[in-house]
Amino acid sequence: MSSGEPTAAEPRKVVITGIAGRLGRVVARRLHHDPRFRLVGLDRRPFVGKPKDLDHYQVDLRSKKARDIFRAGDVAALIHLGVMHDPRATPAELYSWNVGGTSRLLEYAQAYGVPKVVLLSSANVYGPRPDNPQFQTEEAPMLASQRFPHIRDLVEIDHLASTFFWKARAIETVILRPVHILGTVHNAPSNYLRLDPIPTLLGFDPMVQVIHEQDVAQAIAAALAPGARGIYNIVGPGEVPLSVLLAELGRRVIRIPHPLARGLWSAAFRLGLSGYPVAELDFIRYVCMVDGSRAEHELGFRARHSLRETIRAVDEPADI
Amino acid sequence: MGVADWLRGGRSSASGDDIEGRSRALVVRQNEYGYDAFGLSRDHLRTAARLASWLYRYYFRAEAHGIENIPASGRVLFISNHSGQLPYDGLVIGMSVFLEPPQPRLVRSMVEHFVPTVPFVSYLLSRWGQITGTPENCRRLLNDDEAILVFPEGARGISKPFSKRYQLADFGLGFMRLALETGTPIVPVAVIGAEEQAPAINLRSIAKLLGSPSFPIVPYPPFVPLVPLPVKYRLYFGEPMTFTGDADDDDEVLDEKARAVKHRIQSMIHLGLRERKHVFW
Repeated sequence: MSSGEPTAAEPRKVVITGIAGRLGRVVARRLHHDPRFRLVGLDRRPFVGKPKDLDHYQVDLRSKKARDIFRAGDVAALIHLGVMHDPRATPAELYSWNVGGTSRLLEYAQAYGVPKVVLLSSANVYGPRPDNPQFQTEEAPMLASQRFPHIRDLVEIDHLASTFFWKARAIETVILRPVHILGTVHNAPSNYLRLDPIPTLLGFDPMVQVIHEQDVAQAIAAALAPGARGIYNIVGPGEVPLSVLLAELGRRVIRIPHPLARGLWSAAFRLGLSGYPVAELDFIRYVCMVDGSRAEHELGFRARHSLRETIRAVDEPADI
Repeated sequence: MGVADWLRGGRSSASGDDIEGRSRALVVRQNEYGYDAFGLSRDHLRTAARLASWLYRYYFRAEAHGIENIPASGRVLFISNHSGQLPYDGLVIGMSVFLEPPQPRLVRSMVEHFVPTVPFVSYLLSRWGQITGTPENCRRLLNDDEAILVFPEGARGISKPFSKRYQLADFGLGFMRLALETGTPIVPVAVIGAEEQAPAINLRSIAKLLGSPSFPIVPYPPFVPLVPLPVKYRLYFGEPMTFTGDADDDDEVLDEKARAVKHRIQSMIHLGLRERKHVFW
């Protein structure tokens, strides 16, 4: 019943969910100047500093209006960044937004013949565990939800998209699992690194991988290339111990014994002083790193920012 | 000069070894901050090597035979007997490969999965090049032409009671699969001495109660094996063994190959025991 045929007219229409967020704006800026694309924003929030020639629909993903954007059948690609991580929202609200919203989007993509779907997942889906191999490949099981209720939605979305990958073979589905994104973004790792002093766990100093937000935008652009499909870990310029990262930023560090930290952390979370659920302590305790060689070989993706530039990016002022 | 200065490198080392030069000569893939992908840092390693070389030269007075069998470069699996309640055999083999041959090598051993949960130990071991024991890690490092030490007896070996000394426990087959898959030569190693460093008996009932695989006690204070006796270590490095075949073969096929390595180690152990005059000197 769907029209199915995207119009041949250039430029291609690309829908970006979550475009009003910091990362969304970085991605929009990266793709906006590309003459091959015409961007369409889809976000509940207003798009501050929106370029004039960019259409923005300030609607809920699950609304009828969101469906209307796809109904015309001329959407060439969907970039789904609109995963909500707010640890303060109720689990039901998060679930409905994240899992419900994503499955709607995938439904539209199939019904109205969107030939390319890019989902931004995260390398956190593998979960930090003491017995992790140093580098996990895309085949590794997504065990994060075992211990992290807050990541469960993300794991489920990732599963939804990989099922979709097999179900809708005509559509090029790309799932990107980047490591900790640093920059002007307001995600958990960047916010953590902007704390002063930064709490760490006494006696633990895991190796971590980070990536610059602009390199993530570049990976998304690479995923838009015709023919690209599959699941890709996206890594930055390398690996460093957490302590080296903190030293590079010149922050004061408070080292807390782990048993004490659990108690302090959960109290702080309950009092609203900290935005990190206690289970996330494992991210500064065990390794959760990935092997990004598949993306390098198949998408030709290589991070351009050096380790130092990537780390320093959390202190850069946002230019919007 | 204080201990701290000495560790930082005031002079070469108490053992007279050129730790500084040997650390520099190690082949390490380090990034702009001086760390490799597994968390190894040459600076941390040098500090640890100063202490370990003292243990190697003066406490255990280690003696290494067959140094010429340690390849100067390229992937290699060191396969050894495991014993003595405390993993000093790993330390001594590591120091031997670092101190004895003309070209020093870093050997990485595979640590138990609980180790990353222990404060300090978790990251210090990784700074010294030790890795969590998973097949993925081992495969990756062998493909990068590194040297890895595996004790195929595992926990069965290290916790064996004094009465079972120098009798090899069953070998796991993981090392053989990895050797076949990555085309890695195997250097068999026999360690003489470690099996007497903590003569223990295993209290099975208490182990069962605690839910741990063993509960060793030793006949001297503090009665749990923390400090090894100053036994003399003798290491025998055998000629490299190369195996060919399918890494996905049935266990019986692999078992035969693994047994060939086990027999080689067992016969080197017999030889070493015959040559030895005394446990402590």
